[in-house]
Amino acid sequence: MSASENIPLPAGLTAAARPSLAGWQRGLLVVAGAVVAIAPAFLLESFQLFQLTTAVIMGLAVLGLNMVTGYNGQISLGHGAFYALGAYSTAILMSHLDWSFWATLPVSAAVCGLVGYGIGFPALRLGGLYLALTTFSLAVAVPQILKYKAFEDWTGGVQGLFLVKPDAPAWLPGELTSDQWMYFVAVIVAAACFLLCWNLIRGRIGRALMATRDHPVAAEAMGMDIATLKTRAFAVSAMVTGIAGSLSAVAIEFVAPDSFSLMVSITLFVGMVVGGVASILGSLFGGLFVIFVPNIAEAISKAAPGVIYGIILIAFLFILPDGFAGLLRRIAGRLRRRG
Amino acid sequence: MLNRRTLLGAAAGALAAPSLVRAQDLPGVTASELRIGNTMPYSGPASAYGSIGRSHQHFFRMINDQGGIAGRKINFITYDDGYSPPKTVEQTRRLVEQDRVAFLFNPLGTASNSAILRYVNQRKVPHLFLSTGADKWGNYQDTPWTIGWQPSYRTEAQIYMKHMLEQKPNAKLALLYQNDDFGKDYLTGVKDILGSRFDSMVKVVSYEATDPTIDSQVVSLQASGADTLLTAATPKFAAQAIRRVADLGWKPLHYLTNVSISVGTVMEPAGAERGIGIITSAYLKDPTDPGWANDAGMNQWRAFMQKYIPDGDMKDGSFPFAFGVATTLMQVLKQCEGNFARENIMRQVASIKDLEVPTLIPGIRVNTAPDNFHPIRHMQLQKWTGTTWERFGSVIEGAKV
Repeated sequence: MSASENIPLPAGLTAAARPSLAGWQRGLLVVAGAVVAIAPAFLLESFQLFQLTTAVIMGLAVLGLNMVTGYNGQISLGHGAFYALGAYSTAILMSHLDWSFWATLPVSAAVCGLVGYGIGFPALRLGGLYLALTTFSLAVAVPQILKYKAFEDWTGGVQGLFLVKPDAPAWLPGELTSDQWMYFVAVIVAAACFLLCWNLIRGRIGRALMATRDHPVAAEAMGMDIATLKTRAFAVSAMVTGIAGSLSAVAIEFVAPDSFSLMVSITLFVGMVVGGVASILGSLFGGLFVIFVPNIAEAISKAAPGVIYGIILIAFLFILPDGFAGLLRRIAGRLRRRG
Repeated sequence: MLNRRTLLGAAAGALAAPSLVRAQDLPGVTASELRIGNTMPYSGPASAYGSIGRSHQHFFRMINDQGGIAGRKINFITYDDGYSPPKTVEQTRRLVEQDRVAFLFNPLGTASNSAILRYVNQRKVPHLFLSTGADKWGNYQDTPWTIGWQPSYRTEAQIYMKHMLEQKPNAKLALLYQNDDFGKDYLTGVKDILGSRFDSMVKVVSYEATDPTIDSQVVSLQASGADTLLTAATPKFAAQAIRRVADLGWKPLHYLTNVSISVGTVMEPAGAERGIGIITSAYLKDPTDPGWANDAGMNQWRAFMQKYIPDGDMKDGSFPFAFGVATTLMQVLKQCEGNFARENIMRQVASIKDLEVPTLIPGIRVNTAPDNFHPIRHMQLQKWTGTTWERFGSVIEGAKV
């Protein structure tokens, strides 16, 4: 990717170059983050909480895409397919076999990871735009495959499948509504995935992924196994997006082929670019953007919401060319210089 | 310190408090306003249907110009769902929980309405007169807060079967249907009428929406020796079937779902002369039919269009459809006599008696009862002449099941 020179290294890599945060500062950050994550559950009305839940889920799906496209430079326009796969894995296990939601998560992650790994192989031979088109065709095919007669007993065909949100466990103090609990489920699962991805990127594997993205020849000369790295990056990425799909299935309580049109893949791509390519935290902003900005566009004009959305999108790309994450980095940089 | 902002805030709070209390009692109803919610695909693959939502916005503006209903103005809140079920869930929750609408009116799409079906019934929010032809919206036992409007595909199939039995009591029927909820409603409707004779009278063949052609299906139906054909196919496949039937030299009595009767997308591609004699059905007055040029009901609709939507396409069948549904809703609101509690709205929805709607074919009336959630159950047949659809015979009623 030619844009990769502009992509700064993630925070962890440059930590040595700047004075690191003191222990108490780090602790304070963690506490502040937890408060910001928990507070909405008790401050927002249930509808707004539901919207925020879907935004967190979208953020997680964008994170998945960011792992392969942002950090590893393999463009995917088909991540909606993994999102659908995760959603259907959970929906089928919950509605046909009466599994609990938590039990379906590892299965859905494994299924998506395996399929992602499989997609990773053709991706080795197809670079750049060709890979984008291959994954794109995957996203086009998925809604039709879901309607296919042979799977209809499982997928429910065009009718789709209904499922029920998990209830708050009885041992929790206080009365949580199902919306509040769903929000916590999404936040807990997403936080775990964000933490794991951040850990992965910060270490040896993360450096290898970015090296393969920025200069594959040099990376190979350094002894990195590019094929293994690329296929595994695809697997991790599909797994994370699939988990997001599982969460979305229970949050919406309904899956149908029409829910997973091509637009889902495009939406994820938009979220990634707006949030910040190759940024962990930026993915979360991307999720917020793709959920809330279309509503703002509609509030401005009912006649042509698409036009307004397009204008807002272009404006964002001009004002924040490196996404929300870039803005945060610039602010942080300025603060440090002043300090 | 007391300053202007706190004063204003307190005043606003004091003003808001009583109305909040009332909103708890009767969602969406205040002394001066009745809030109605709706979702429509203004963007996305089905955005052509957006004209239905547009028509509603102007229709309720007309009602407000005429003084509103029971002393209240109607506040019609409509959101774009892009024909995507998850978005419909989000927008419906916004309507119910944030805008606190009294009820949902005419949301569009089978999958979209399926996605919110359980939510609205759990919350007991009236979910009225949906824009979809599926039969399941008439299930008053399991989903008592949901009701459709237009004749369902199942009713349509029943009507064809009644006509067939009248014409050819010993007919041998070939049924070609698309293997999804749309096509299966026809299969159910045929079974409703033929009952125990189904197995001996009917040869059934289905196809997938993903199949490239349905040639082999048509051939096998002809080989069964059938003399009547019912085609429950979407436009592309309907055109293929008409063409194939003619090319085989097969001349069955041919019934065709009214989903696929567009002149431009079905009859002309199939070859206009190949389809002569095909029978289908209608319940709305077609705005392009010269027979309605001086019709009082259609003139009422045209007057509305001229005044409120002067740039609307007068050939677009969505506008008479929307006008008809909205008129039905106004009858329900009138029957409520100012009591817009959700229970009462549903009671009135289930007690519409012989309502004449300006854009429905004469003789077709809207009827509901606590055990009948299929408001329109009559249709009139029409025949392809080679250039246009010509209505014939009297209005036929679907079966009571």
